[in-house]
Amino acid sequence: MSVSFLISQAKNVQKVIDENSAEIEDLDQKIGDGDHIFNIQRGLKLVVELEDSIKDLPLAKALNMIAMKVLSGIGGSSGALFGTFFMTMAKSSDLDKDIDFNKACEMIICGIKAMKERGKADVGEKTMMDVLLPVSEKLNELKNESEFKSGLNEVIKIAEERMLSTKDMLATKGRASFLGERAKGYIDPGARSSQLMIDAICKSVINN
Amino acid sequence: MKKFINNNDDFLKESLTGFGKAHSDIINVNLDPSFISRKNKTKDGKVSLISGGGSGHEPMHGGFVGHGMLDAACPGFVFSAPTPDQMQAAAEHVDSGAGVLFIVKNYSGDIMNFEMGAEMYSGKNDSIITNDDVAVEDSTFTTGRRGVAATVLVEKIVGSLAEHSGSLEECKKLGEKVNKNAGTMGVAFTSCTVPAAGKPTFDIGDDEMEFGVGIHGEPGRKREKIQQSKTIVGNILEAILDNLKPGKNEKNLLFVNGMGGTPLTELYLVYEDACQILQSKGVEVTKSLVGNYCTSLEMQGASITLLKCDDEILKHWDAPVHTAAMRWGM
Repeated sequence: MSVSFLISQAKNVQKVIDENSAEIEDLDQKIGDGDHIFNIQRGLKLVVELEDSIKDLPLAKALNMIAMKVLSGIGGSSGALFGTFFMTMAKSSDLDKDIDFNKACEMIICGIKAMKERGKADVGEKTMMDVLLPVSEKLNELKNESEFKSGLNEVIKIAEERMLSTKDMLATKGRASFLGERAKGYIDPGARSSQLMIDAICKSVINN
Repeated sequence: MKKFINNNDDFLKESLTGFGKAHSDIINVNLDPSFISRKNKTKDGKVSLISGGGSGHEPMHGGFVGHGMLDAACPGFVFSAPTPDQMQAAAEHVDSGAGVLFIVKNYSGDIMNFEMGAEMYSGKNDSIITNDDVAVEDSTFTTGRRGVAATVLVEKIVGSLAEHSGSLEECKKLGEKVNKNAGTMGVAFTSCTVPAAGKPTFDIGDDEMEFGVGIHGEPGRKREKIQQSKTIVGNILEAILDNLKPGKNEKNLLFVNGMGGTPLTELYLVYEDACQILQSKGVEVTKSLVGNYCTSLEMQGASITLLKCDDEILKHWDAPVHTAAMRWGM
């Protein structure tokens, strides 16, 4: 993981989210309040626009700037959660050394753990954590393996399965929780956007 | 979508700037990070009250900044919680040393962002969460009930206590009492359009209403055919009374709130229906508030809030207030 990796992945994710924005917006209008996709798109745009100011910075500083940008520029649940994710990554130790796959996994696992604490949501509550927590567990299994590319295919699969599993869940956290039974039958928009991001990043790592 | 709009990215900034100019005798608007604060500095020793939330509910919360109510308000994007740096900056700007009480509506995004703002602010602070919407089941395992129109009453009543030298602990305690004593339920006849979305949040037939709607156009208890006002009001009050169970000799405040697209003529008709129904059930209405205070953009519809009042609540309700959207006694 490097600053240039973060920038290229932000662009990669932005493209995939933009391509799927209508679907996420529609899901959120069905069971949320419709702001999720705009928040995610605004956040990605802000991060991509940071390129010139962060490209020559050390990783810790760049992550910190991304965190503050996400935290102050997005709002809603997504801003707080993804801001927490990047802030936690920025606080990792030894960021001045080479970040190998093992270290990158550890940083992401810590980031997702902090998101879980901030949102006080767990698996089974019809939120983005239904995708992120199983992915974090899988990364924990994979992190010491030298042949991680095949492992990432499993991450892609888990993210997709868990995203789809939110469809029949009753929401107990987040905006959809106010709906009770009426939220059933729709995939959680936060789970969908998270899965799309994971899918795009894993595929790009596998193919490079 | 038909709206007064120049371009989407500047929508909130332009509206806030206009608000600042229109009410320059009462408030100041700070941009980047955005917060609205009183024109006059909070006096030493007075607890500061800060609220905030997504925009689109005007006059809540910016219209309630001023003497007797809030010290600052943090507006997020339309229907999106504000960001922690806004709360931190507002707190640093208004705190006169007596501490800050954050008034937060119960939505995950608001709770998280206010929590982070409170962590980033080094001064003494505490928070209260409003969750008056009886349309939603309350449970310790879920996010719980939504915070809606009673937030206005909490801000008014606690605002008065803060003005009368209430401590941070006392303000929090009173705020929690008002929230607990209040119940709200709303009905929508039409949807609303978030400017960034450009299309209505939900589809609803010409002859339908969403019973128990949330203030962002979130679905409520059920979709029904529209009925006579008396029937709708009766059903809303039944849900509220079930929940609040006001006592026979208890005094109550009846608050009919417009969602933004319903004229005052209809809101007063709702008030009249509600008064008659409450009277027939032996529920005494002592105080009233009717108007558009906690809106959902251009949605047609209304919510009814009932607040059980003791002497402390009544005293602080009547106390002078001077804000852009609420003014009496001064």
